[in-house]
Amino acid sequence: MTALEFTVAVWALSALAGFLGALTGLGGGVVVVPALTLALGVDIKYAIGASLVSVIATSSGAAAAYVREGFSNIRIGMFLEIATTIGAVVGALLAGRIGTHALAIVFGLVLIQSAFYSFKATPGSELPVESDALGRRLRLGGNYPVDGKREEYGARNVRTGFGIMFGAGALSGLLGIGSGAVKVIAMDRFMRIPFKVSTTTSNFMIGVTAAASAGVYLSRGYIEPPVAMPVMLGVLGGALVGTKVLVHARVRTLRIVFGVVILALAIEMIVNGLSGRI
Amino acid sequence: MNDRRLEGIIGQLLRAGVLLAAAIVTAGGVSYLVQHHADPVNYRTFAAGGQNVRTLPGIVASAARFDSEGLIQFGLLLLIATPVARVAIALVGFALERDRLYTVVSLTVLMILALSLIRAI
Repeated sequence: MTALEFTVAVWALSALAGFLGALTGLGGGVVVVPALTLALGVDIKYAIGASLVSVIATSSGAAAAYVREGFSNIRIGMFLEIATTIGAVVGALLAGRIGTHALAIVFGLVLIQSAFYSFKATPGSELPVESDALGRRLRLGGNYPVDGKREEYGARNVRTGFGIMFGAGALSGLLGIGSGAVKVIAMDRFMRIPFKVSTTTSNFMIGVTAAASAGVYLSRGYIEPPVAMPVMLGVLGGALVGTKVLVHARVRTLRIVFGVVILALAIEMIVNGLSGRI
Repeated sequence: MNDRRLEGIIGQLLRAGVLLAAAIVTAGGVSYLVQHHADPVNYRTFAAGGQNVRTLPGIVASAARFDSEGLIQFGLLLLIATPVARVAIALVGFALERDRLYTVVSLTVLMILALSLIRAI
């Protein structure tokens, strides 16, 4: 394969991943890594390095739009980032210690979780809750727009949420993904923060979390310019188009199709990891 | 300055940073393809690149020479800096609001980020 063919192929795959990632809310990383390793035979370390960079691009690129909607909560985000960034550094350091086959298998397992998230993620229908003692002390509560007026909400189970966020950060650092699904689960299901606030705050946190592993990735040489360049540009371009299309798309059907694709990629990653082909 | 306005400024800044980073990466990418488009490439086995793509001083020096890989990497560095800048601005915002708790929280996150990025120096 020549450099031009490789660049075009990687760019096209990444654009598709970014597009689908934006439509389904799962992010481009979970598709880019298996696509590069399975379809183009790229070493998983280059793939996760390039993916991590694209994760930062989509998170920072979408921030302005999310802020305008007024859903994200900067205090919740900043406080939980203590956990995700420490997790990310630990994960990135681990990525260098565990072998390529094991990385592929762990990636496959995370893909299975993402597939299920894609099938059944529904906004928590519960009403906003009052903060518990710790949530109050940390002033994590806020308000968000509901039908034209702003409704108050609180945060509970801060310790559990913080612990899960450490895990989300570790997965992000280990696999070069945003692990937005895990972040949303921590805030929405455990801390009882409204779904819309959870997803937008998660998007805000993803970039900071990824930046915490970036230094480790960079110094180890995982971020290889000819691989990272088409991945970053492709995912960013695809995500920008995806966000525009999102308003008109039939998201429900799409999530199911995407879930099936991810499940197939998951099985492929695990089989290849076990048989030592990755 | 309230939280919403602060977040608005941060959002705009992040987007500008991403667009600038994407422009530099594109410039580096075009230059790379002009020089290497017919070269055979193989990324099947991992081998860390040289200092010029792995350390901050190396990247800055090779980008200053308009080396194509150095330019791409410099654009990516700028991209990595966007969330770091976001935390730094939030830190200043919380300090101006005299919110001691969240000034300390932001400072903690910034220090963790610095500890990671310092490895690439």
